[in-house]
Amino acid sequence: MGDYAVPAHFLLSHIIHNKIIKPKPITSKTIEIGSKYSPEFVCTPFKYTLGTLIEGLDSGAKILIQAGGGCRYGYYAELQEQIIKDLGYECRFYNLVTAGKTDFKRIYRMMKEIDPKFSILKVLYYGSITKRMLKYMDSIDHYIREHIGFEIKKGSFEKVKAEMLHKFKMVKTHHELKKVYQKYKQEIENIPIQKPENPLKIGIIGELYTVMEPYSNYELERTLASMNFEIKRFTNVTYLLFQKHKKVKQYLKEISEYVTYQMGADAMDNIARAKELCEQGYDGIIHIKSSFCTPEIGAMPILTKVCNDYNVPILFFSFDTNTSEVGIKTRLEAFYDMLEMRKKR
Amino acid sequence: MKKGYLGIDIGSISTKGVILDEQHNIVTSSYIWTEGNPIKAVKDLLHQLKESLEEEIEIYGIGTTGSARKLIGLMVDANVVKNEITAHAIGTTHFYPDVRTILEIGGQDSKMILLKDGLIEDYAMNTLCAAGTGSFLSSQAKRLGVDIEDFGHLALTSKNPVKIAARCTVFAESDLIHKAQVGYKKEDIIAGLCKSVVLNYLNNVGKGKKIMPPIVFQGGVSKNEGVTKYFSEVLKEDIIVDPNSHLMGAIGIALLAHKYEDGKMRSLDVADITFETKGRECEKCSNHCEILRIYKDSKFIESWGSKCGKVS
Repeated sequence: MGDYAVPAHFLLSHIIHNKIIKPKPITSKTIEIGSKYSPEFVCTPFKYTLGTLIEGLDSGAKILIQAGGGCRYGYYAELQEQIIKDLGYECRFYNLVTAGKTDFKRIYRMMKEIDPKFSILKVLYYGSITKRMLKYMDSIDHYIREHIGFEIKKGSFEKVKAEMLHKFKMVKTHHELKKVYQKYKQEIENIPIQKPENPLKIGIIGELYTVMEPYSNYELERTLASMNFEIKRFTNVTYLLFQKHKKVKQYLKEISEYVTYQMGADAMDNIARAKELCEQGYDGIIHIKSSFCTPEIGAMPILTKVCNDYNVPILFFSFDTNTSEVGIKTRLEAFYDMLEMRKKR
Repeated sequence: MKKGYLGIDIGSISTKGVILDEQHNIVTSSYIWTEGNPIKAVKDLLHQLKESLEEEIEIYGIGTTGSARKLIGLMVDANVVKNEITAHAIGTTHFYPDVRTILEIGGQDSKMILLKDGLIEDYAMNTLCAAGTGSFLSSQAKRLGVDIEDFGHLALTSKNPVKIAARCTVFAESDLIHKAQVGYKKEDIIAGLCKSVVLNYLNNVGKGKKIMPPIVFQGGVSKNEGVTKYFSEVLKEDIIVDPNSHLMGAIGIALLAHKYEDGKMRSLDVADITFETKGRECEKCSNHCEILRIYKDSKFIESWGSKCGKVS
């Protein structure tokens, strides 16, 4: 998912001795395979991940690992395992999360099964480096999103970031990681930009997979950057793994006028973020989700209400494996024109 | 010589062209079917526009909008290429400065634009479904053996419109066949269809939007009196349909072409230019991007569609 293959590979390659097969980047072939073997009306990330798993099996993988979450994502592993076995692949399928719970004892036994030489000390050490790496990556991405729309030489941010990720793969200690991060942070901050005093600011919220995997949202962020938007996005892996559980209560309190209970996955979080964006004077909000994502469908009417109350426009997109790219472009262009007109007023 | 500005709106079903003078009066306009060939349609359109000019005019700006805007923009060397939502809003506010809601139903898509003080406040566009658009009506007209131009007129004669389950065009068609088979009158079915387009549009595109008067209805379907009648019935407001309602997009983009005039004079003679696009599937990775290469007079000018940007 996005660039997160780098930390995931980093962690696994240091804690187990098995050969790790790097997933190929997602292409239309991945989706074709995924859609072919998926139930038709399942949410789109299921199709993407199933396609990736099958591509992994085709390149020789024997062990698959899937996680779960607080929505239909919680059933992905069981169903995908069944589909893959029905297709006749021989593999072992490990599910990190069962019944919405992460049981560390169970995961430990599982890892011992995968690699008998598995050591808990290594996990603690490299786990903490990986956590830090995620934090660094997400903070760099945050900075890039705010500035990439105004770079003078096209592609300069992406180039430096790719270099940084490459260096991240080779670090061995906390110290090395920090040194690499600081070097590239400075380099990125020194990239020349031409930013107007009051640029159009846009916030992206929505279902986590679609938000984080650029291929599945038709490179939305890149398109917005080419339209000279300053972009803000909340969902990233650091948030999901290490911050979400702390934020829930605070969010619920902030939006008590709109929401009383949690709504599954990130639906409640997104409503709170929309309110935050409105209050911080963002010009517009884009809400994206994969088709048939139930928690986000539940959030949409409330989002409309929040945005009406603050008079901030919101644009909804549902991405499917059959979405037409031209249609997205037209709507985004019109959204841009509208925001620009409103700003001039 | 007089200065003029050309706006072309190339939709899925029809292609509209208009020439405005510097005071923004309509000098001439034309409306033809696209018939799946925008390049030929625009050539014919420009030919017609040129024929209909009473005095010679120098074109100082060309704007293109509609679904083929990018391609045609390249072909006629347009100085403005803009999406149809903005173009429609600008065209309509030119005639109705205090309009608050624009209902627009075209051949393939339908949209709703909400305005305040002449500026776009909010908009919506239909997403996946065609059940609230013109192509749905025209395919059903064909099935019933009625000319699409008489459709709205016939709908007005009905006293008892049939309820049609029109959530989706495919199901609407089966329900329509069913209603016809049990002996409903043709005009009642037609009126039911018109009403279902209105309800579909309001439930789908207009979901959660505050519709305020004055309301202007435009796009090809606005020529259908039945649909207009049901809009005003359901919304309980007067619906304005301009005689030039089908031209609003073209007028809007012509106004923009004037606004962004770059001082270069343009020609209406594209009839002799050969303009073609060649599509191929790139085999260099598993993305299989569809690469479109565009040739003007057999000379390669641009290519679209590459995801990686390395292939042209």
